[in-house]
Amino acid sequence: MTNVLKKLKLESPIHISKRTDMPKWKSWLIRGGAIVAALLLCGIISSILSSGSFSSFMEQMFKGCFSTPRRAINLFEETALLLCISLAVTPAFKMKFWNIGAEGQVLMGALLCATCMKYFGGKVDDGLLIVIMLVFSIVGGAVWSTIPAIFKAKWNTNETLFTLMMNYIAMGLIACVIAIWVPNNSGTVGVLSYGNFPKIGRYPYILNIIIVAILTVLVFIYLRFSKHGYELSVVGESVNTAKYIGINVKKVIVRTMILSGALCGIAGWLIVGGASHTVSTEVAGGRGFTAILISWLAHFDPIAMSFTAFLVAFLSQGSSQAASVLNFGGSFPKIITGMFFFIIIASEFFVGYKIKFTFGKRKAERADELNAEESDGSIGATAYDSADLGDGEPNEITARIDNSAEEIALPSENNQNAQKEEEVEA
Amino acid sequence: MFWTFLQRAIRFSTVFMFGATGETITEKSGHLNLGIPGVMCIGAVGGVLGESLYLKSLSDISQINGFAAVIIPIIMTLIFGALAGLLFSFFTVTLRCNQNVTGLTITTFGIGFNSFYMNRIDKTGFTAASEYFIKGFPCADSAGWFGQIFLSYGTLVYLAIIIAVIAAIVIKRTRVGLNLRAVGENPATADAAGISVTKYRYIATILGSAIAGLGGLFFIMDHLGGNIEYNIDAFGWMAVALVIFTVWKPNWGILGSILFGALYISPDFMTVPSAATKEIVKLIPYFVTVVVLIVTSIINKRETQPPAALGVSYFREER
Repeated sequence: MTNVLKKLKLESPIHISKRTDMPKWKSWLIRGGAIVAALLLCGIISSILSSGSFSSFMEQMFKGCFSTPRRAINLFEETALLLCISLAVTPAFKMKFWNIGAEGQVLMGALLCATCMKYFGGKVDDGLLIVIMLVFSIVGGAVWSTIPAIFKAKWNTNETLFTLMMNYIAMGLIACVIAIWVPNNSGTVGVLSYGNFPKIGRYPYILNIIIVAILTVLVFIYLRFSKHGYELSVVGESVNTAKYIGINVKKVIVRTMILSGALCGIAGWLIVGGASHTVSTEVAGGRGFTAILISWLAHFDPIAMSFTAFLVAFLSQGSSQAASVLNFGGSFPKIITGMFFFIIIASEFFVGYKIKFTFGKRKAERADELNAEESDGSIGATAYDSADLGDGEPNEITARIDNSAEEIALPSENNQNAQKEEEVEA
Repeated sequence: MFWTFLQRAIRFSTVFMFGATGETITEKSGHLNLGIPGVMCIGAVGGVLGESLYLKSLSDISQINGFAAVIIPIIMTLIFGALAGLLFSFFTVTLRCNQNVTGLTITTFGIGFNSFYMNRIDKTGFTAASEYFIKGFPCADSAGWFGQIFLSYGTLVYLAIIIAVIAAIVIKRTRVGLNLRAVGENPATADAAGISVTKYRYIATILGSAIAGLGGLFFIMDHLGGNIEYNIDAFGWMAVALVIFTVWKPNWGILGSILFGALYISPDFMTVPSAATKEIVKLIPYFVTVVVLIVTSIINKRETQPPAALGVSYFREER
């Protein structure tokens, strides 16, 4: 008997179980609440750093993004870039292939794109040049993602670590190429004037945004309706199932990673051809890593991803404006983005899991169990059932603690009465 | 010339050694903490904060006590690193979040926090304080090359080696280490055998992060001599690479760190390095790491594989 008591005492008072039954509106409510909470927290941090700046921080957040059309365009361009890279990593993640090498794949795309601009620029028509740039960028990104994929498929090499290293090799290559191109050690390639994207309307970047919008729809269709999309999600769910139903897992891994790398290459093309017109090791700017977070937060759904990408772009642009007005320094947006992600990640827990506080109940259960043991010598299933039925209010629980304390002291007949009472109560 | 090179390589290897030892301990428990660069940054902030608090408490810089000037930042770094590790393990163990996502978030946050804080700190007295970090044994100069190679380093260098050796012994030879490896290889089995997966993962991650944080402190207080305007994240990624390179063994990590350190400083010792060669030399550590990763996976020997449950959060009720 004492053994049973001891064992039950060690049970944790919080019981966590998985849940899949949460209605959609409720889960979005939790996420929305988390976003608001994160924004408030950022404001609070700001007001700690310089007192009373809460309202001006919030104001600058929005001003930095929407006060002029130029800023709004910048915001949407940043959203488009983040979204493009998020789209790229998504098929791989759905397959549970942890491609954290998006940064490197984007860089390789950017590098080959800039190479085309440098060597073909002026020799061919600009329209043709842009197409050549696109092809080379796609090849660059795809090669960089296919290498880890082949080793993963063939020898099960750890892809997380492999792709991570590939990022830094790509950065090193770019630094090396720049050092060859610019021998005077300044380390900066100037603006490459050929092959820049044409302006649509009054503002730049419109073309970038349109291209990414089209890509979003395409990836959505690919994942949702194509056979390839189905196969890769089966591989992600269970490799054994995939093998059993005749999917060539190795082929799927390599094919998906080529797609993933190609999309990253397109992102590199958009960055160099459409925005920066130059190349450096900073040209991807950590977006490859941020995109992983964006994709994960959107549960790998391209449509939801466009919202999360927008949110992240909004946060970083808004908070950098706020930081420059309030004099917090250039690294402030990173802190804000970090805090934001922490809160959102934590909120996902409440969407995916159910928490039960079984503090009071355990004791009641224990008493029931003892009871059952004494009456028929085995731990009865009914004892558990009766305890589970009561999904009680806090005061009920405390009442039950009192009850159960008495029950332990009382002889078994009274116990049974108590149990009956409890059942009625429940 | 050679001795100077070796001495500098060993000294610089400390950054990687702390990071790699910490990350190895963490990864042995099945946690891939990609937040290590961020953790190093946060640890460095802690150390610098401790140092500046200590320096502020003095009425005059000349009253500085060597022991206190070293030990206070170390303790503060350990605390800050441990807090970052606690954050990571709370998210991944208790809230069961994806480890890659959480790690990258910590990195983003840590880098931002680091450069934000370092720009605002009062830097007076740091050069004086860093001398106590750099100071080796007094007899180092009189002992020739022996003194240069073995006795000329600051406290943190010896601390790194001691920690790496202890970690290697504990992981390989003790029951605690066996349990830790079991948790990293197959948490469900370990759980069934009565080992608390939660406890081991928490402790390994927190301990690992605390150790990794010291790498950041070393870089700022010893290598840079108290000049605190640099970012540390690149070294964090190299530490992650080093863990793979040394196939999850802290004792090999000592040699691996020295090799990485040597590669990192070797452009300074080249006669006429062109900028391109310098960049290629910087690239070698990552390249070699990839090769090691590929070779170990092809050979597929059990001793050289990553912990089987690396990167997977454990949930008892999942099949």
